[in-house]
Amino acid sequence: MSKLHISATVNGEAVEYLCDPKQTLLDVLRDELNLTGSKEGCSSGDCGACSVTLDGRLVCSCLVLGVEMQGRSVETIENMASGEELHPLQQKFLEAAALQCGFCTPGFLVAAKALLEKNPNPTETEARYWLAGNLCRCTGYDKIIRAVLETAADMRGSK
Amino acid sequence: MSGFQYEAPVSVDEAVGLLAGAKGLAKVLAGGTDLLVQLRTGAVQPDMVVDVKRIDELRQISGNAASGFVIGAAVSGSEIGEHAALVKAWPGVVEGMELIGSTQIQGRATPGGNLCNASPAGDCTPGLVAAGAICVVAGPKGRREIPVEQVPVGPGKTSLAKGEFVVALKLPPRAKNSGDAYLRMIPRTEMDIAIVGAGVDLTLDASGTCTHARVALGAVAPTVLLVDAAAKALIGSKIDDAALAKLAAAASAACKPISDKRGTIEYRTKVAGVLARRAAVIARDRARSNG
Repeated sequence: MSKLHISATVNGEAVEYLCDPKQTLLDVLRDELNLTGSKEGCSSGDCGACSVTLDGRLVCSCLVLGVEMQGRSVETIENMASGEELHPLQQKFLEAAALQCGFCTPGFLVAAKALLEKNPNPTETEARYWLAGNLCRCTGYDKIIRAVLETAADMRGSK
Repeated sequence: MSGFQYEAPVSVDEAVGLLAGAKGLAKVLAGGTDLLVQLRTGAVQPDMVVDVKRIDELRQISGNAASGFVIGAAVSGSEIGEHAALVKAWPGVVEGMELIGSTQIQGRATPGGNLCNASPAGDCTPGLVAAGAICVVAGPKGRREIPVEQVPVGPGKTSLAKGEFVVALKLPPRAKNSGDAYLRMIPRTEMDIAIVGAGVDLTLDASGTCTHARVALGAVAPTVLLVDAAAKALIGSKIDDAALAKLAAAASAACKPISDKRGTIEYRTKVAGVLARRAAVIARDRARSNG
């Protein structure tokens, strides 16, 4: 099958790429655009390691076709820090040791950022349910949840 | 994943033309949360994939409680959950949709996809069946409307003919003193496939007597079940303990489940009655507060 020419917005910048219909958005990000922050865990929408926002909506990029992106906008983990300045969630994950191997971390950060944009003051239960689609096999989640809730409190306090 | 032709039509007619004219297997792509997994594993190897998300009609929720809501087949679970008027009128329909998968899955998964994937355990479908929702199907011969329960005919199989696809799901006008609810049982807290799902919709009169009821069960037969005997147990009653016991017995009696790693035949059969009863109580209490 011939490749399709796709024009999309990736992390605020206009991007064009050639895409085989069978390539997922995750394939395109990693293999065509060299944005390897989004990880491939399960490739079936279960683990959340490939989480991105698509037109502002949190999705698994492994469950989106690259060809679906014509005219659409995606934000990835690569857009989370402002230059050298980490997003408060990134800073807190480091301080609170909310990661071990780090493979799931980009997905957790993207998903947690989407949570705090929608709900700046989540309860622990709300945070756990929101992040239930992000799997971590190292930490047992407590440090991650604590980091998210502490960041939420910090961000509310600084406003 | 093998190769396929990708099309993204912007009108219903264009989509019908593509699906009807496709050589080999054509698959409709809505949210893709089932289809992309099937593509990846090779379980489905289409020659063409028709993405219906560029068709405006499939991406809208229109109407209102009094006139009846029309939910585009490719509206996402998140969008359904954010629609305040729909949540107020049909909380059971919405909670069925919202039980599907994680936040990420909710961003993509659609009621049309859940219906046409035709898993016996699909969580959105029983609530729609209980609600009496009508499925709008477009095809080469024009449009037709069929009850939602007539769409799935077996695991992974629908009654749709070649060239047909689901455009929208129409909910009936909402009567006063009505309430609906959907409950499901899974082996863990979240993110699993239903062992049993139970959807109940009912209407009460001014005295609190049930004048209308529909009961649907998921995951206990090859397709979603509309259980008339369970509804009859409620109609004419005040939905008291005696009526609820009859409802539970009728729900269990209707089950034709399989045993698998999630649950045995005996367990599913028992739980179907328990969940139908609990869902009826929630629906009743919602109807009472929804005057």
